[in-house]
Amino acid sequence: MIPINYYIVLSAVLFTMGVVGVLVRRNALIIFMSIELMLNAANLAIVAFARAQEITANKPLFEGQIFVFFVIAVAAAEVAVGLALIVEIFKSKRSIDVDQMSSLKG
Amino acid sequence: MTLELISFIVLAFVAIATAVGMLVSRNAIYSALFLVLNFITVAVFYLFLGAPFIAMAQVTVYAGAIMVLFLFVIMLLGAESIAGEFNLRKAIFPGSLALILAAESAYLLITRARPAGAIVPPDAAANTVTNLRDLGSALFSQYLLPFEVTSILLLVAMVGAIVLIQREKRVP
Amino acid sequence: MFLAEPTVSGFFFLAPWLVFAPVLGLLINLIFGRRFSETLVGTIASLASGAAFVVSVLLTWSVAAAGGHAVSVPLAEWIHIGDLQLDWTFRVDSLSTTMMLVVSGVGTLIHIYAIGYMHEDVRFKHQEDRFSRFFVYLNLFIAMMMILVSGDSYLMLFVGWEGVGLCSFLLIGFWFELDTLGRSSWANSNAAKKAFVVNRIGDFGFLIAAFIMFWNLHSFQFDQVFSAAEGASPGVIMAITLFMLVGVAGKSAQIPLYVWLPDAMAGPTPVSALIHAATMVTAGVYLITRSAPLYTLVPQAQYIVALTGAVTALFAATIAVGQYDIKKVLAYSTISQLGFMVAAVGMGAFAAGMFHLITHAFFKALLFLSAGSVILGVERGHHHAEHAQHAKGKKAKRKEERQHAEAHAGEHGEVFDANDMRNMGGLRKTMPTTFWVYMIGTLALAGIFPFAGFWSKDEILADAFSEGFTLIYWLLTIAAFFTAFYMGRQIWMVFFGEPRHAAAANAEESPRVITVPLMILAFLSVVGGALNLPGLHTLTAWLEHTIAVHAGEFVWSVAIISTVLALVALYLSWLLYGRNPLRAGEIDPLKRRLGAFFTVLENKWYVDELYQAIIVTPFVKTSQFLADVIDWRFWHNWFHETVIAGGYNWLSQIVLNRDVDQRGIDAVANGLGSVTQWLSVTLRRIQNGFVRSYALSVLLGVVLIIGYLIFK
Repeated sequence: MIPINYYIVLSAVLFTMGVVGVLVRRNALIIFMSIELMLNAANLAIVAFARAQEITANKPLFEGQIFVFFVIAVAAAEVAVGLALIVEIFKSKRSIDVDQMSSLKG
Repeated sequence: MTLELISFIVLAFVAIATAVGMLVSRNAIYSALFLVLNFITVAVFYLFLGAPFIAMAQVTVYAGAIMVLFLFVIMLLGAESIAGEFNLRKAIFPGSLALILAAESAYLLITRARPAGAIVPPDAAANTVTNLRDLGSALFSQYLLPFEVTSILLLVAMVGAIVLIQREKRVP
Repeated sequence: MFLAEPTVSGFFFLAPWLVFAPVLGLLINLIFGRRFSETLVGTIASLASGAAFVVSVLLTWSVAAAGGHAVSVPLAEWIHIGDLQLDWTFRVDSLSTTMMLVVSGVGTLIHIYAIGYMHEDVRFKHQEDRFSRFFVYLNLFIAMMMILVSGDSYLMLFVGWEGVGLCSFLLIGFWFELDTLGRSSWANSNAAKKAFVVNRIGDFGFLIAAFIMFWNLHSFQFDQVFSAAEGASPGVIMAITLFMLVGVAGKSAQIPLYVWLPDAMAGPTPVSALIHAATMVTAGVYLITRSAPLYTLVPQAQYIVALTGAVTALFAATIAVGQYDIKKVLAYSTISQLGFMVAAVGMGAFAAGMFHLITHAFFKALLFLSAGSVILGVERGHHHAEHAQHAKGKKAKRKEERQHAEAHAGEHGEVFDANDMRNMGGLRKTMPTTFWVYMIGTLALAGIFPFAGFWSKDEILADAFSEGFTLIYWLLTIAAFFTAFYMGRQIWMVFFGEPRHAAAANAEESPRVITVPLMILAFLSVVGGALNLPGLHTLTAWLEHTIAVHAGEFVWSVAIISTVLALVALYLSWLLYGRNPLRAGEIDPLKRRLGAFFTVLENKWYVDELYQAIIVTPFVKTSQFLADVIDWRFWHNWFHETVIAGGYNWLSQIVLNRDVDQRGIDAVANGLGSVTQWLSVTLRRIQNGFVRSYALSVLLGVVLIIGYLIFK
């Protein structure tokens, strides 16, 4: 008997924390993890809405779950590539402090 | 105050606490472990929402594979000790901005998105194998294309990751 | 353009030849004059003038044959604009033919005289090639005078009026680079300028009268004006007539515009005779006579005219008493006699005025020409005396004599005034013919019976007396007294006594080309009175065809008084000048007696000085002020240079260049550049290379968009 709004608020809070983490932390890995947090919060919201749809439609619906499934898959792929990139950067810069990666400064 | 509500609040609290822990930890390993906890909590939420498959996928893929990968890279780079402390003063502006975003998005989702209402906790039917079987068949029939594309995506990601690493070595 | 030929019988069709003949003469002399001999030039000019005279005679006969009716001989269209329809039309009637005869007759005689006179004069002045120019001007004058007297409208009359003014200027200033004594000077050209300018003032009055006439009476043609004048308001007619009087005062040398005539004596003597005695100066009298229908409508204007004439007559006569220059005496005499004529026409005695005009033309031309003869004779004598000295100097054996003679020879070309009566004397022995004709002229002018002047002057006096113009009568009578006096003085001083200078002693008689015209004029002066003898009134009857005149009565008392006064004046002059003739270097006996008053007369009552002080000097000062201060310093230096040019420079350099262009437009243009630079410098700081700040911008954008979506 939990209203969907609770899930939505929770999702928003988690998302917010992910955003804050991206903006504030200097460690590239922490930033990446914050991004994962954001994705997670979004997944939570999707699943919550899917459930709400099911209840309203009164029959099982799988769209939301499949969607989230794909999101998870894509997130995994993304993490793989992203971490490879971070490793590369660490190899050249000997640091994963994003503040030191400002060669695009103009 | 039903049991569900209590458990929801507790779990929500845990989720938020772990997220905060992830943000403020000095040690990257601690941040990663906090995040694992967060993921597991979210998986429990998925169970609450009648999506057992997603819950399992979350635990398996997210908490099990992705975060392990993270841990590997952290330890590979020796990033646990890299200074990346949480500077509160610098967090005010982004924090407030993010707060506004949270408020806006919550408002938007609550008022504009349908439907609003109570969620009935999943009946047992939702967490049965039959449900899972239906989901699997839907995945392979109706959503076959995205499934295949995702597999290609994963392939590309794998190749890309390897290529990114490899390139360094090929250049003399 | 040329109108149809008139269909009346007679010689009227010859009328244009009045003008064409002199014009033809002047064109021939103008183009070929330098190549012809002097005799040929003079003959052509005289023949041209004579042709005009012959045409005048024929026209007079034609008018008489037509019973005295006026005939218009149209020549060509002139002005056809709106209300104004004017043509070149010759008007042949008894009045105009009278004037034509006088002008062309006396003019031809003077042309002949001028051949001889100018032959000697150009040699005295050493300018032989200017001979033909003189005759060109003379013929031009005859042509213009003919236009004046034969015109059918006031505008055509004015053309001739201006034309004779021009010829007066040209002829007075004939020796423009000299003065009367032959020295290099501005004097002659100044005299010509004075004549022209003073005439112009008179012309101004004429023009105002013409404008008023056209505005109110809507025409210039004589008949139309006179018929329209009947219905016009008296004020308008009074204005017209009084302004015309200004013109007459200018042309006919009345007060206050007479001052040019004495100065006009700077011209050669034939000019003085023709223009300033016989013809041009009478144009004013002709104008008033022609405008008789206008003047009779306003008796007050007439009285003003008469008074002007009478006062001028007396005034000029007094000045003539104190003059030493033989021509100046005659000049003031002319002014005085013109005053008689103007007074006559002012009183309504048009016939008397015209009669005196004719007789005066005869004897005044005679007197002037004789004076010219006298001057020439004295000049000849002067040259002979000099040459004799010079010759004596060469032959002298003794050193002293030779030195003395050489010293005197250096004086050849000394400043010798041949016009000055004080250098003359005893000329009746050396120039007898001149003496006799001069005597006749004097007696005619003085008004002694039975010479012409007696009859004409007497008719004026009689008309004044019987019409009740008492003041005018007395003014004229006293003027007549003075007239006889100064003429007598002149006779005694010039012809009697002993020569007061070597030049007079050696004077010679003039050649026949000079003396024959003199004799013809002398004859006319004797018999001229027959033109209008009381009882016969030939002239009055003749003029009656054209203007309303009445025959004057012969008043015995007036005649006797005037004769007695003339004789008394002549006796007085003999007492002063004839009994003890003046010797060289003596002071004029009248001066001894009258002292300061004589000096005033001698200096012409200081009128010229008065004009100079009151009019000329302020005018010159004003024009200098206008030219220097207003025009140059104010207008040019300040307004143009400082205000306009400086303002423009200020505008372009300071305002437009510095303020608008540099500070304004350049600033904008440069400002755009610097704003862009500043903008880019500022915006560049966003690109700091930090991923987190990029993420922050993204977040900001997202927040804004979502906010927009919420509040949409």
